[in-house]
Amino acid sequence: MNPFNFDIEQLNQKALDIRRDIITLLVESQSGHSGGPLSCADMAAALYFNILNHNPGNPDDPVRDLNFFSIGHVSPLIYSVLAEAGYFPLRDLLTFRKLNSHLEGHPNCLHTPGIEVSAGSLGQGLSIACGAAYGIKMDGSERSVFCFMGDGEQQEGSIWEAVMFAAHYRLDNLCALIDYNHRQIDGETEKVMNIAPLAEKYWSFGWNVYEIDGHNMGEILGALKACSEFTGKPSVIIGHTVMGKGVSFMEGLAEWHGKPPAPDQGEKALAELGTTFREWSERLRNG
Amino acid sequence: MVELKKTRVGFGHGLVDAGRKSEKVVVLVGDLRDSTNVNFFAEEFPQRFIEVGIAEQNMANVAAGLSLVGKIPFFTTYGAFATCRCLDMLRVTICYSNLNVKIGGAHGGISVGPDGATHQALEEISILRSLPNMKVIVPCDYYETRKATLASIDIKGPVYIRFGRENVPVVTGEKTPFEFGKGALYRDGGDVAILACGVMLYEALAAADELQRDGIDARIINIHTVKPIDEDIIIKAASECGAIVTAEEHQVYGGFGSAVAEVIVKNSPVPMEFVGIQDSFGRSGQPEELMQTYHLKAVDIIKAAMKVLGRK
Repeated sequence: MNPFNFDIEQLNQKALDIRRDIITLLVESQSGHSGGPLSCADMAAALYFNILNHNPGNPDDPVRDLNFFSIGHVSPLIYSVLAEAGYFPLRDLLTFRKLNSHLEGHPNCLHTPGIEVSAGSLGQGLSIACGAAYGIKMDGSERSVFCFMGDGEQQEGSIWEAVMFAAHYRLDNLCALIDYNHRQIDGETEKVMNIAPLAEKYWSFGWNVYEIDGHNMGEILGALKACSEFTGKPSVIIGHTVMGKGVSFMEGLAEWHGKPPAPDQGEKALAELGTTFREWSERLRNG
Repeated sequence: MVELKKTRVGFGHGLVDAGRKSEKVVVLVGDLRDSTNVNFFAEEFPQRFIEVGIAEQNMANVAAGLSLVGKIPFFTTYGAFATCRCLDMLRVTICYSNLNVKIGGAHGGISVGPDGATHQALEEISILRSLPNMKVIVPCDYYETRKATLASIDIKGPVYIRFGRENVPVVTGEKTPFEFGKGALYRDGGDVAILACGVMLYEALAAADELQRDGIDARIINIHTVKPIDEDIIIKAASECGAIVTAEEHQVYGGFGSAVAEVIVKNSPVPMEFVGIQDSFGRSGQPEELMQTYHLKAVDIIKAAMKVLGRK
């Protein structure tokens, strides 16, 4: 059971809060990635606040579902989701990337509760998820395994080794989510190194494929529930998203992949998200 | 006549021992089932054996994932691939997260023979020593490899076990104790200390016999655990013998000898010589020919001992 079981309206509100957290902590740290965290926010909110069987009060709960973030650089999103879910205090978000903070630039599972495995080098998460899914099947357990990936990391060869493995061993307890925002550091994914047609690739490798609007909460929930019921094949949800979603001057621009907003830009972004830096940082400080 | 046995068979039998001891033990292989001798485990525990195909990077992280749901996975391939090809997985996922993954590194050393340089792993110790949380064991013979493999399931975190392809002399016995992290004295002597890992222990013992005929008492120490290394036994050897020779079937740069040197220069600096591969790739040839060509025989250890004694 998911401990929150939020409805669509609550999930949209949580995704908005997550976006506010992301901008606020990036303004505070003045270091980190903006674009990917914002594009992942809706799918991550749906997973952690409606689907995932997890227990923030006991991160090592042996019956929990597992979600692996293969994209370590969306750490502002990861930390916001975990703090919002109650794994650690919201105020910790204001220590992001600072010395002695447990919230490092890329997540370290030995420091931060709720992180299943450390990440930062792309193309590794799906193999890890495959191993966990295989081990869970060996035990005859019902736990589900999820893996959050980016579109750019589909360029890594190791991803396709894992794609083959999951299909070969029929890991139907595995559901991958791809944040297909069509942007990576060097520009448009189509121009840097085209990964299209992505759905057809997964399909031809033997996966069950869903293509959705990664910002439409109804479609996200529908696909996640369909994945959990599908048997015989691993599933992938390709969520078409917009980099920087929710902040007009970041949307669709690759230049926002790896940089934080300056304080004035952050204020502008937070205004679009219906708050101010002062108000939201106060909320975090008291959380 | 000295008994000969393959260390890789020791690994294979050690996996069966481990599988019998713990149901958590799972073995993965990358299309090298028979040549890494995981076939014994596969036959006895087919449900706990995972063929991953020729995809070593995936194999390393599938093992990582298995460890995260409570399994004790061993992933196995040739050492050249287990380290170099999987290095990013070893670094970022397995070592940084300190996961309970065991690595069977087959075909360690030049004695792999005719397959040539691509398959002769000569760099694993140097590479793995630089990764935090990684432990490295280089057993000397069949029995020690078997015992190290079984022992590794009780050592928390990543452990690499290096073994070779060919028949090599049996130096230890079924009952010889194996203690992880501890060097073992195989012959006492006070003139020079020869520290060896892996199959070079046998060569060191042969060298000691020869040296004794010339009136030189060599102390022989087996250091199967290269990381974490037994500092006490090294410091004691340096201070009591005043001269050290290291012997490894591996690159001297960053390898076992370097690990010993790091201990010595910090604690008890004495003259030292390094027997090992001198910064070159291997080549095809019969194992014995290669051991001679690359100066990894008892005679080479004797030369190194004489040289270091001259510097004392």
